[in-house]
Formats: sequence, C-alpha cells, structure tokens
Amino acid sequence: MGELIDAVVYAMPFLMGGLGTTLLVSLITVVLSLVTGVVLGVALIYGPQPVRWVIRLLTDCIRGIPILVLIFAVYYGLPPLGLNLSSFWAAVFALSLFKTAQVIEYVRGAVSSIPRGQMEAAKSIGLIFPQRLRYVIFPQATRRFLPPWVNGVTDAVKGSALVSLLGVVDLMQAINQVIGRTYEPMPLYLLGAVMYFVINYSLSSLSRVLERRYAYIKE
Amino acid sequence: MSAIPLLKISRLTKSFGTNQVLKSVDLEVTAGEVVTVIGPSGGGKTTLLRCVNFLEAYDGGSIKIDGREVGYTDNAGGKKRGEVDLAAMRAETGMVFQSFNLFPHLNAEQNVMLGLRQVRKKPHKEALEIARHWLDRVGLSHKTGSLPSELSGGQQQRVGIARAVAMDPKILLLDEITSALDPELVNEVLDVVRQLASDGMTMLIVTHEIAFARDASHRIVFVADGSVSAQGKPDELMAEVANNERLRSFLSRFSATAH
Repeated sequence: MGELIDAVVYAMPFLMGGLGTTLLVSLITVVLSLVTGVVLGVALIYGPQPVRWVIRLLTDCIRGIPILVLIFAVYYGLPPLGLNLSSFWAAVFALSLFKTAQVIEYVRGAVSSIPRGQMEAAKSIGLIFPQRLRYVIFPQATRRFLPPWVNGVTDAVKGSALVSLLGVVDLMQAINQVIGRTYEPMPLYLLGAVMYFVINYSLSSLSRVLERRYAYIKE
Repeated sequence: MSAIPLLKISRLTKSFGTNQVLKSVDLEVTAGEVVTVIGPSGGGKTTLLRCVNFLEAYDGGSIKIDGREVGYTDNAGGKKRGEVDLAAMRAETGMVFQSFNLFPHLNAEQNVMLGLRQVRKKPHKEALEIARHWLDRVGLSHKTGSLPSELSGGQQQRVGIARAVAMDPKILLLDEITSALDPELVNEVLDVVRQLASDGMTMLIVTHEIAFARDASHRIVFVADGSVSAQGKPDELMAEVANNERLRSFLSRFSATAH
C-alpha cells in the first residue's frame, strides 16, 4: 500500500502537467468544432445546393476515416503541401476536423427536427434569416443538440489520448513516460483511468443538468 | 371603401414541378374588406394565400400590396427581393396558420412580442403593452404567461391571431385557421375573427366553414382548379349556384352540415 502511495506521489507532478495538456487539447477541439460545426451545419441545411454537396462530401469522408488515420494523415500529409504544423497543432487540427463532422451532424439533426411551420411563422412576422435562427430555431434546436453534443465532448476528452501517438505529452503520454521510469504500469494506468473518469463523469452530470434545464420545451 | 385595391393579384401562376396549382388567378381586395376563399381541397386556395406573403414563390403574374410587387423587385420570375426587403414586406401581412405554429419556447406574451421587438423595434415596455392589449382582445388576458403547451387549441390559435394583428399589418391572411380544432373550440376563434372584421381589418380568409364565410365576409371567392371560378357578395354567390356546376357540387357537400 505504501509503495502504491509512493508511486502516486512520485507520478503526480508529471501527470498534472499531462492533464493540463489533455484539457487544453480537448478545450480547443471542442470550441473550434462547435463554431465551425454550427456554421457548416446551418449551411448544410439552408445553403445553396453546391455548398451542401461540398459539406456533405467533407463530412462523409471525415466520418469514414478512423481518427487515428486522420491524425497521421494530417501530421505527415500537410508538410508536403507546405503547411508545417507542430505535433500539438497537427493533433488538435485532426481532432477538430473529426469533431466538426460530428457537430455538423448533430446540428443537422437538431435543426431539421423542428417543424417547417416554425420557420414560416418566423418569416411571416417579418424576421430576417439570422433573427429567425437566433430567436426561433436555435432555442428549440438547442434542446435536441445538447445531449449528443455533451456526449461528444466526453468523446473528445477520451479521443485526445490519441495525440500521445504524435509524442505530445498529454495525460496518456505522461503516464507512459512515468511507467518508462518506474516499470510499474498498473497503479499508473489505474490512476489515469480515474482521472479521465472524473472529468467525463462531471461532463455527463452536466449534460443531465442541461437536459433538465431545457426539458420545459414540449412538443 | 376606397376604389384602389390594397391587394391586387393578377394572372397569378404557380406550379409545383409539373403540377400547375394556380392557372391565372385574378383577385382584388380593397382596404377594410373581408374576402373569403372557398373551394375544393387541392384547388389552390392555400397556395394562393401563401403566395401573398411569399411563403411560396409564384412563377408568373403579379401580387401587389399597396402598389408594390410582393416577392420580386419588378415582375414575377425576375429578381427576388433581398432578405431584408422581403422581411419588411412580410411584416405588412399578418398570417395565421392552420397548425398555429406558435413558438413553443416562448409564452403567449413573448410570442406576440417577438415581432414587435425585433422587427418593429419597439421598446420592451411598449411591446409588452401592445401584446397584453391584443391578448386581452382575444380573451386571453389571464393566459399571458402560459406556454403554448399549456393552452388549448382554441387558445393557441387566438394567440396566433394576436401575434399577427399586433404587428399592425395592412392585411391579415387566415389559412384554414379552424381546421385543426375540435368542433367545440371553433367558435371562440371565429368570434375573434368576426370582431376583427367589425373593426375594419382587411382580411383574406381561406376556410371550409361555409356558414362563417356567408355571414362574416363581404365577398366570397370560389377557387377551383387553380383559378377563380365564381365570386361575389355571399348572396350573389349563392345565386350563382344555378349556373356554376362546380360551385353547386362543392356546396352540396356542405348542405348536410351547414348551420
């Protein structure tokens, strides 16, 4: 028992640094994908036909590729095209691409679930397109968007562990580095699992709170 | 009644794919007039109404409100009005829908206020006063804070009417507004429309309530097969029945239920 505590105490400073990177990668991924996903999702529904085709093609391609392949493709594929990203940004870019494709789907699902009459009623009182989205469509779509999206955020946190494969020192990589020194994998993997779990459990609790908060909107 | 029509529809055509729904409709509505459109299902009544506030883009002919073409900058099939321009035109025509289409996340008051705040740019206090005034007029002063889901169908539709008239439109379009209601709720909604009619609100009404059309409107227009087949004051139109086969067969279906 004493040895276990010693191992944890020794590892903690390294892990906290890695945890910071994990959270940073997740945060950037989530914010970037939310912004671009909502914009592209709206364009997929309301945009002109050619724009829809391009977005459809993009999301179908990205969603058909494993994240891991996407990460390596971005890391090794972009420099020949003249774009040199550090391993950190290559990983973030790849994760954000993947996440964006998901957000586009959530937005499409949430927005198209709203009856057509809502848009028509909003038009008939003279609201312009951005107002119709802001005051009529988004408030209703949010309720359907949130649960899958928060689930997607926990996926982003878990998926961020893949950045370790590019040598980025996130929580996963920090764990591996410490194990490389102590040769005691079990306590560290357990510790890592607990840390990931605490983050994601908090997120899914948050999602339940949000669901309740929006439950007042009935059909 | 002024001689210049507030709404002037001429040679209006509209197709969905190969199905020509409107085949040259001519119709005028003068200010203060209540005009009811009746006719068989699929005859183009609702499409006609939806063209007036450009929820449907018409293909040919013209719809002018106060002399301005509704959806296009010059003629139908030409350049469509821009988003802002079109929204401003739509704000001049109120619309009430068959399925109410209230905003479910907003209470009755907020439903009525949205257009007043965002389109008319009224300050909050004034918008609230107008909303409460109209909700009171439709008999819902006790329900201003209720969400649509907490209201009966008839109450929801009355909020729908308040939302449309609060914008002070030049003309009010009513699209089969009692069709989705239980029979015992129909009259509370029609009473509100009668009240508006007696206030001088200009209205274009699509309805299946023949009895209501007969006693509440200045003029009835019978639309069948995409064009106006007969029109006139209610008693004039009823007199037309003898020479209009389609009108006769349409009305005969209602004789059993007419009150």
